[in-house]
Amino acid sequence: MSSGSGSRNTEPWGSFDDNLIQGGGSAVIDMENMDDTSGSSFEDMGEMHQRMKEEEEVAAEAAATEDDVADDGEFLGMKGLKGQLGRQVADEVWQAGKRQASKAFNLYANIDILRPYFDVEPVQVRNRLIESLIPVRMINFPQKIAGELYGPLMLVFTLVAILLHGMKTSGTVIREGTLMGTAIGTCFGYWLGVSAFIYFLAYLVNAQITMLQMLSLLGYGLFGPCIVLLVTYNIHFHFLFYGLWLLLGGLSTLRMVAALLSRTVGQTPRLLLCGMLGLLHMLFLLYLHFNYHTIVEGLLDSLEGHNMAPMQRVARDVPEVMLNATARNPGMLLSAY
Amino acid sequence: MAASEEASRPFAGLSDVSIAEDIPVEGDISVPVGPSRRDDEFSTLDEPVKDTIMRDLRAVGNKFIHVLYPKQSSALLRDWDLWGPLLLCVTLALLLQGGAADHEDQGGPQFAEVFVIVWFGSIIITLNSKLLGGTISFFQSLCVLGYCIMPLTVAMVVCRIVLVISSGRVVFAVRLAVVTASFGWSTFASTAFLADSQPPNRKALVVYPVFLFYFVIAWMILTYSPQQ
Repeated sequence: MSSGSGSRNTEPWGSFDDNLIQGGGSAVIDMENMDDTSGSSFEDMGEMHQRMKEEEEVAAEAAATEDDVADDGEFLGMKGLKGQLGRQVADEVWQAGKRQASKAFNLYANIDILRPYFDVEPVQVRNRLIESLIPVRMINFPQKIAGELYGPLMLVFTLVAILLHGMKTSGTVIREGTLMGTAIGTCFGYWLGVSAFIYFLAYLVNAQITMLQMLSLLGYGLFGPCIVLLVTYNIHFHFLFYGLWLLLGGLSTLRMVAALLSRTVGQTPRLLLCGMLGLLHMLFLLYLHFNYHTIVEGLLDSLEGHNMAPMQRVARDVPEVMLNATARNPGMLLSAY
Repeated sequence: MAASEEASRPFAGLSDVSIAEDIPVEGDISVPVGPSRRDDEFSTLDEPVKDTIMRDLRAVGNKFIHVLYPKQSSALLRDWDLWGPLLLCVTLALLLQGGAADHEDQGGPQFAEVFVIVWFGSIIITLNSKLLGGTISFFQSLCVLGYCIMPLTVAMVVCRIVLVISSGRVVFAVRLAVVTASFGWSTFASTAFLADSQPPNRKALVVYPVFLFYFVIAWMILTYSPQQ
């Protein structure tokens, strides 16, 4: 990767050559070194041209000032020599530093690394969204999981917006300063954290799934909860929420579980992995609904008065009371049978 | 690296050329320094401050007009600047302050919240459009998204004025209409500038995050209720 170390020697005292710059051995593909420039940005080509021009300029300046050094040395003695030399040194230091900085920048801030994961068409995204609600029964052969990040990322942001909508409806009660942070932290934390956790478990039980596929699977699995929350944050009907929770939440969980099952061997690993994922996904939806729903109910209660017959009257901002009330609800359902 | 090596090889043979003593070589071989030449053409250091400010203000105002009447022009893209977005963001954040029940330390988080949403939202949308293969540059996209917040800022001003007068169901309906209209206007204006830089079949993928972004801002404006 770092080539041309010998040919860059423009100064008699040995300039800063590329051996100092640790360009080789990078773990990431340095896009500007690839011959195929179809994927990389124009900035990379421009940078290469810039670097070539700089080298020519440096060479030209070195050639131009070599005569000056010889002349000035005779007239001004050591001072003339040092002046020119000092300027040369400073110039070389600047060039080397700039090159090093741009190399580091291209290595770490190179968004070209993520480019292949965003290579999707709108039709594909739409199909994958619909498919995320349809479990596939084939579990003896590894199912195909798309490795893209656009759909999951957009779904997480949509979930953040929906959460904000659910929280802001009661904007007079909660402090706004922590709303945005809570929403983003919850959604991204769930997506990244649970993906990493399940990937770790999959690694332990030797399941055939990569981190990217896990991120993609869980991201698309948030489509069901998005719909459920969108509906139930606006229509406050507990039975509706439970029904949707089981239906849409269950379908998206089954889809993810089936995909994982098809890539795991052994009864215990399958039980562990899929049980954990199913539990976390269903509980997350439950948590999102009830944690931010109580406040909405309380506010609507105070606004609408006595019109909300099917809903429960709950005290505002008292989650324990709400939890007890809803825990009583399924109890009443069961006792009716 | 390899390309530059190959490029320097044609010049490698020239190092052996020596200039004969009997042929007098004359001329100035110093490379003209760039900045001094540029200074003669665009010397803006010596002009009065009023001229500088008026020029910048005129550029910002020109871009505002382009947002108001979004048509296929490249004024926003060619000479991008971030003064307008900063101005709009600060105005919006100041107007959205003091919109909750307890006022003691509400001012800080709200201002920061709007700032963070606007700027990080714009950065994420820009990264997304670049990753999808867009040809627009980072700051051009930031400039467009920032300027297209203007209709929403106008809507915020209108909402604030209307809320001072009265509050109730009719007022809520009026505010809803105004905010929805300005949200649609913002989204339409920004897509008019941004969508051209994308491959034609992926416009929807770029428009959706912009839609979400302005939706969140519009929602913040709509749910703003003044302190009682």
